[in-house]
Parts: sequence; structure tokens; C-alpha cells
Amino acid sequence: MSGDLILDVQNLKVDIPVSAGMLHPVRGISFSVKRGETLCIVGESGCGKSLTSLSLMGLLPKTAIRTADRLDFLGQDIRNLREREMAALRGVNMSMIFQEPMTSLNPAYTIGNQLEEVYLRHIERDRRKARDRAIFLLEKVGISSAASRLGQYPHQLSGGLRQRVMIAMALMCGPDLIIADEPTTALDVTIQAQILHLLAELQREFDMGLILITHDLGIVARVADKVQVMYAGKTVEEGPCEAVFDRPLHPYTSGLLKCIPVPGKTQRGAPLGSVPGIVPNLVGDLQGCMFRNRCEFAMAGCATLGDEPTRMDDGHAYTCLRPPEMALEPAE
Amino acid sequence: MTDAALPLRGQQTAEEILEPSPFSKLRKRIFKNHSFLIGALVLIVIIAMALLAPVFEALGWIHDPYEQDLASRLMNPFWHQAKVSEEHLLGTDKVGRDYLSRLIYGAQISLLIGFSTMLISGFIGTVLGVTAGYFGGRVDMVVNFIINTRLAMPVFLVAMAAVVAFGASLLVVILVLGLFLWDRFAVVMRSITMQARDLDYVKAARAMGCSTPYIIVREIFPNVIGSLTVVATVEMANAILLEAALSFLGFGVQAPTPSWGLMLNEGREYMFFSPWMLALPGTCLFMLVLAINLFGDGLRDVTLERER
Amino acid sequence: MLKMTPALETDDVTCVFQVSQGFMKGIKPLRAVNGVSLKIPKGQVVGLVGESGCGKSTLANILLGLQKPTTGDVRYNGESAASFNRKDVARRIQPIFQDPYSSLNPTKTIASIVSLPLRIHQTCAPEEIDGKVHDILDLVGLPRRVAQSYPSQLSGGQRQRVAIARALIMKPEVVICDEPTSALDVSVQSQILNLLQDLKAELGLTYLLISHNLAVVEHMADRVAVMYLGRIVEEADSETLFADPRHPYTKALLDSVLTPDPRLGVPDTHLGAVFPNPIDPPSGCSFHPRCVSCMDICSRTAPKQDVDGPHMTECHLFGAEVKTPEPAI
Repeated sequence: MSGDLILDVQNLKVDIPVSAGMLHPVRGISFSVKRGETLCIVGESGCGKSLTSLSLMGLLPKTAIRTADRLDFLGQDIRNLREREMAALRGVNMSMIFQEPMTSLNPAYTIGNQLEEVYLRHIERDRRKARDRAIFLLEKVGISSAASRLGQYPHQLSGGLRQRVMIAMALMCGPDLIIADEPTTALDVTIQAQILHLLAELQREFDMGLILITHDLGIVARVADKVQVMYAGKTVEEGPCEAVFDRPLHPYTSGLLKCIPVPGKTQRGAPLGSVPGIVPNLVGDLQGCMFRNRCEFAMAGCATLGDEPTRMDDGHAYTCLRPPEMALEPAE
Repeated sequence: MTDAALPLRGQQTAEEILEPSPFSKLRKRIFKNHSFLIGALVLIVIIAMALLAPVFEALGWIHDPYEQDLASRLMNPFWHQAKVSEEHLLGTDKVGRDYLSRLIYGAQISLLIGFSTMLISGFIGTVLGVTAGYFGGRVDMVVNFIINTRLAMPVFLVAMAAVVAFGASLLVVILVLGLFLWDRFAVVMRSITMQARDLDYVKAARAMGCSTPYIIVREIFPNVIGSLTVVATVEMANAILLEAALSFLGFGVQAPTPSWGLMLNEGREYMFFSPWMLALPGTCLFMLVLAINLFGDGLRDVTLERER
Repeated sequence: MLKMTPALETDDVTCVFQVSQGFMKGIKPLRAVNGVSLKIPKGQVVGLVGESGCGKSTLANILLGLQKPTTGDVRYNGESAASFNRKDVARRIQPIFQDPYSSLNPTKTIASIVSLPLRIHQTCAPEEIDGKVHDILDLVGLPRRVAQSYPSQLSGGQRQRVAIARALIMKPEVVICDEPTSALDVSVQSQILNLLQDLKAELGLTYLLISHNLAVVEHMADRVAVMYLGRIVEEADSETLFADPRHPYTKALLDSVLTPDPRLGVPDTHLGAVFPNPIDPPSGCSFHPRCVSCMDICSRTAPKQDVDGPHMTECHLFGAEVKTPEPAI
């Protein structure tokens, strides 16, 4: 039913041993996704968002250690599932769409072959039903003359078409949750709009949950119901989309928004806002707010800041020392 | 609160360089890779022995490998009970030449052949491969044809024919092997060059007005050296084994030169009575080739983690 | 308006590649650039907008002297490119590329990379090279010790600054910025864009800014040209283009710009899933299979340019030929 909780994650952590010590790319994030809801996880490179999606699917590298207080999918605790049980979930209930349509499809097999294989492996070994479903979904994602496309190889299709095929593949078994990791970054801007429009339509029609991971705040604003802003492995701000964009409370979020040129709003020729510095190293013992070396409001207390976020009434929360009244002051 | 009039550029100078230099990272990886270290160590020992052989001989530690001591023919190495001589720790061959010194001098031959063949074939293969990779089109077609022609030729038969035509000697062996073993160099260099050619820094160099020879030698070649050294070690081991095989068959160096392959041939007659005559040069070959392979494998592991 | 010689100009440039269709399938011509006339006035930023396959990269290569046009002329400050050799062109016009990871040679130090133009053109004495390298590093906001480092030790933003330093060390007139910030994080993008603006003012540069990010182009450019399948389909001053886009493709492009406004959703651009193929372009107007406002004439004849002052549009909806009213969109 729409509105049911599909995914509930509490305090997810990922640690990876490296030669210099222990790397902590994900340091305790929590979120949930309901049916019919779109959650956007936004952050820049190195914030841990891709590893978060991989850890949900159980696709982390072998040396990585995943821990969570709670990791419930469709009411079931998936923290300690064996690989075979996770494989049964992947593609069936939980599907992933990757960034690079060029490399996500196997160049040695036809589109039809790859689509049907998902169905045959997980649902039932009925070739005709698999083919029918493949054609149905290809048409749903906007690919005309779907039947003839089944015999084509990935290299014969453009990037936009390949990504549509990826989406169709993700839908073959009617999943409850789709995780899309930067699905449009490698595509042209008009194709990007089409793919996002398509994803939103399909989500409504199939009543799925959608987690969209991206670095593009424009996409987030247009697509998300809920937003999670990640920095250095932690959530720095989260909440309903409108609340976060209208009143960004964390200096990183407001800093990022100032960096983006908006036609009509930002003054042409004037310098854009910027967030100076670079992402810190996440190896070893990390304490306090990791944004403090780039933050214009940094104070002494930031070095020992705890994990508890300040929560507002509408579900909007942020982790920063500055109280909400101060955070809402417009920058000079 | 940034003043719009302040140059924002000034804020950016605080960025630190975080990563250590690629050379210190390389050093770390080298010392962690055990097979590389073992291979390198054994290689160094063998090369040292080969280089210092004349010194040892002058000091009287080992005999002259050509000196025949007919009174002490077919002596056994020191671990046997009978027919052991204090003068000849590893025994003697059928004309009384000291095995130990022949083994040590044999290293010279193998290493000499290995290095010279590698240099000749490396040069030919690299020039062909880089040219084909950079220019593409018709040049590529011609080079591919040449490579395919070479691959169709059986090395052994051609080597034997060359020996029959020009006589057997160290020089003939080196030339034949050098003119034959360049195909892997060419193929690998070609593919690496093709990858590098399309990268933006090559485009930037062209846009800057650099000439084509400059780009090939100064921009592309340094990026190719990593793979080049790996292929070089493989081909060197290959050359050493091929020479041993040719000498074993009688088409390589001729007696009395102390080549391990030749020693294998000479020891064949006595295989059942004195198996050590085969085992000793065989073991030496095995260790040298193994050391080169470990070194080459380790080199590949160490250099191919090319981070961006 | 003062008629000054543009710093860079293309005159009806066409570039046709002969592309093999596969084994035994013959060779077909690919019109990457199809009759492009573009003027880049001195001291201005001209934005070139288009998606993959539109020919903007080929056009950039032609301007840089890396590719010879099949027909047409390229002029630098009024003089035809035919009278220049490669080094002359290099002194006047330099590129900045998209990918900071592949635009720097990983086996060379930053000092070597940045000073390469000086050594190739031999414009200064060898003793002066170090000084110039330090000066240009200061100019782009990099600490001097970066000079002895290798590219693998720097972040993406730092590498892009090095690329900028390399492009500017010979003080060229025109800089071709080919998607200079597309591969960078948002917070780094704005740093680099601000840097580019500062440098333009300080050194009196002229930019051709190639980008698919219209928000960036609107912010930085004075004039904007929109390219589709090898032709410029619309060209206007930046403000005019964004306020009054005329060509249906421009409108679709603008609709696709997703500003961070949480109240808007993702618009449907009505472009369809047709893949524009430069080897087999559609008849008539090459945009007509995807056009919302397609009319009969669009599939038969290619549209002529309609020049309305500084605003040029190449579409049957505009110009003297249009007699019937516009179909409802």
C-alpha cells in the first residue's frame, strides 16, 4: 500500500581497512523510505553516498565492514543475510541503476537477452512471459518498436536509450525499491530531463520507493520528497524538500546553494558564492564536525560537536552548533 | 560573509597537497611485494656472480672453465661417496672441466643473451608499436601486417636455418633471437600508445604547437615505460630459455663455450649414471628464469597500480 | 555599434569526416560541422551550447588548429588561418579541457607541464622560466610548492587550475574553455568559474565557453550560440536568448535546466526518444523529427537564417516565409 515503510536504516556505518589505518567513508547515517516516496541523497565526491547505496544492496568490497543499528527492508532485518539470500532480493525487490550506461550493460549479449535473464532467473523460467514483459517495459520506458530492439546490442544504442534499457531492466521483476546512483550524470541535459521525468512517472505507476543519489542540487529540488545532505560520511542536514531548500540550516547546504548560478537570480558577471577548501581525510579517529575547516561560522565548540541533530517540527533536522534562529539569518 | 569586491582567488591558496609523491608510494609498494623482492635478490646474486667470475678466477677460487684436466674426468660433486675431488666441488665433465666454474661462467652467457636480445627486440618492437599506435590508419595496417607475418614464422626452424646458413655462434644466436622476439613488444606498445594518444594532455601538447616527434618521445613515451619494462623481463626470460633449447639441440653456441644449454646436451649421455650433470645446469636455468619472472610479475604489480 | 575585427571568426566552416560503416559496408560522410559562421568579438565571452553529436568539439578542434576544415575559413584577428603555421596559432589561442585527470601528463611535474609552452616557443631565456612559472601559479591561486608535485598528488580543482595556468602562460588572446567545470564538484566549480572571470578581466582575454550547462553559460557569457547537428540554430545576446528563446530546440534546452526550485517538477520537453544521427541526418530541418512545432515544410526544406538585429534564428517559424500562424505548442 502506498505510504508503507519499505526501508528503515538506523546508524549505518561502513569501515574499510586501508594501509594508512581505518577509513570511515560512512559514519552513521539514518533514513527511511516509504512506498511512493522519493528520497534524494545529495553530496559531493567523497561524501560516502555511493558506498551507502552499495551497502544497502550488499555490494560492498569484501574488505569493507558494514554495521547498522537497524537495516530493515520490507520489515525484514537484512543485516546478517547470507550472500545467496541477498542475491534473491537483488533485482527482485531491490534494484539498482548505475551511472554509466556504457559499462553497465554487457556488450556481448543482446538487450533482450539481458532483460529476459533477470526474469528467467528470479521469477520463472517461461521464455515467452519474459519476452512479453521485456517488450512491455521497453515500451513503458519510451523505446519505440520494442520488439525489434530486443535483438540489438548495447553498442548500437545511444547513451539515453541505454539508460532507459537499464531502467527497464531494473523494473523487470517489479521491485519495491529502486536505488538510482547518479543515473543521469553521464547524459545530455535534455535526455536527463526525459529520464528523470520517466523515473517519476514509473515510480507513481508502480508504487515504488525511489532513492536517488546525486550531486546535482537542481535535480534534488525538482524530484525529491525528502532530502539528505551528506558531507564526510555523515548527514549534515535532512528534511522535506521544500523545507531544506527554502530554509537551509547547515552552512554546507547554504554554501552549496550559493555556488550554483541560477538564470534570473544570480547576477551575471558577479562572482559566485563558493565553499573554499577541500574534503578532509576520513582515515583514523574523527571527532567533531568535519566541515569546520571550511565553514565561515566555525567556533571552538565545533571540534567536539556530537552526533545529535537539532530537530525542527516539520521533520527538518541539521547537525550544527548554530541555533535555528541564527542559521536562518541571510548572509550579507 | 564574503565581500563581493574581494578577489575570492585569495581564499584558495590554503589548499594543502595531501598525497605523497608517486615515488615514495612506489617505494612502499616495492618493499611490500615479497615475490618482487625475492626475484630481485636472486637476480642480483646471479648477475653479481656472472660479473665477478673473472675476479674469482684470478683469485684462484674457481678454475678456468676451459681447462681440461683429463686425469680428473667425470668426478662427482661433493655430496657423493666415491670419486670426489677436493679441487672440483661440483664435479667435472667428460673432458675434466670444472663444473662449478662452468656453471658460473654459463650465467654470463645466459645473461648476455638475455640482455642483448631484450635490447634489440625491445628497440624494434617499441619503434614499430609506438609508430603504429600513434599514427593509426595506413601505418597501423602496415605494421599489423608485419607483426602477423612474424607471428606466422616458427622461431625455432628459422633459427636452425640461420645457423645452418651462417654457422653457429653466440652472435648469430643473439641476432636471430633479437630479430624475432619483438612481437610482444610491438603489440603491447601499440595498444598503450593508442590509449595515450586520445588523452587530453596529448591534445594540449598539439594545441601548444609541439611537433609530432616531440610528442611521441617526450609526452607519450614516459607513460609507456612501465609496461615496457614488464614486457622486457618476460622476453628476457623467453630468450634465455630459447637459447638454452637451441644450444641443447646443437644449434646454439658451440663447444667449448660454457652455456647451460650446451652442458645439458653434453650431460645427456651420462644421464642415468650421473644425473647431476643434467640437474645442475637445469637447476641454474630454472632459478634464473624463475627469478626473472618473479621480478617481472612483481614489477607489474608494483607499477601498474597507476592511480590517476 | 563599432565594427571591430573579431578576435576569432569562422566563415562558413564545414568539416566532413569519411566514416567506415563496418566491414564491407562502405564509407559514409559525417558532417560534424555544417556551414558554421561564428564571430567571437575581442574581450567577450561567447557561449557555445549543444549536446553530444552537435559538433562543438569538432569546431573547437578546428579553431585550435588541430583539425582542418573541409571548406570554409577561420580567421584570427581578421587574418586567415591559412597564413599561419601551427605555432602562430598556438600563441594566439589555447584550450582548457573538461577532464582534469587526463589533461595533465602524469609523468611530469607541474613546473614541467606549465612551462612547456615557454620551452616550445622559446620566447624567454631558460633562467626566466622558473620565475614565470611561479608568477602564473600565483595568478591562478596555487601555492608555489605545487610546482614540484605530480598531477596525481593534486585534487580535481587544483589540476584544473594547473590546466588554466598552462593555457595562460603565453598570454594568448583567446581561450577555448571546453566544458571547464563539468567534471568538478559544485563547490569547486564556482571557484574555477570565478577564477576564469577574474583572469578575463585582469588579462583582457576572450573566451569561447563550450558547455551543456546553460546556467553556467548564462552566468558567464555575453553572447550565446546554440548548436544542433553541426549547425548554429540560434544565436543572440545572453539576456535575450534566455528571456526570449525562439528556436524550439533552445526552448527545450532551457526547459531542461533544472534550477533548485522545490516547487517545480521535472518538465516534459516533448522531445521523444529519437536519436539524432549525424551520419544520417533528417531531411529538411535536421531538428524536425523531435520538434513540437513541426510543420509540413520542415521535413522538405532546410530553414534559412532569420536575422533580427543581434538575434539570429534558423527555423521555419521565423522569417519572411512564414505565412500561416504558428501551430499551437
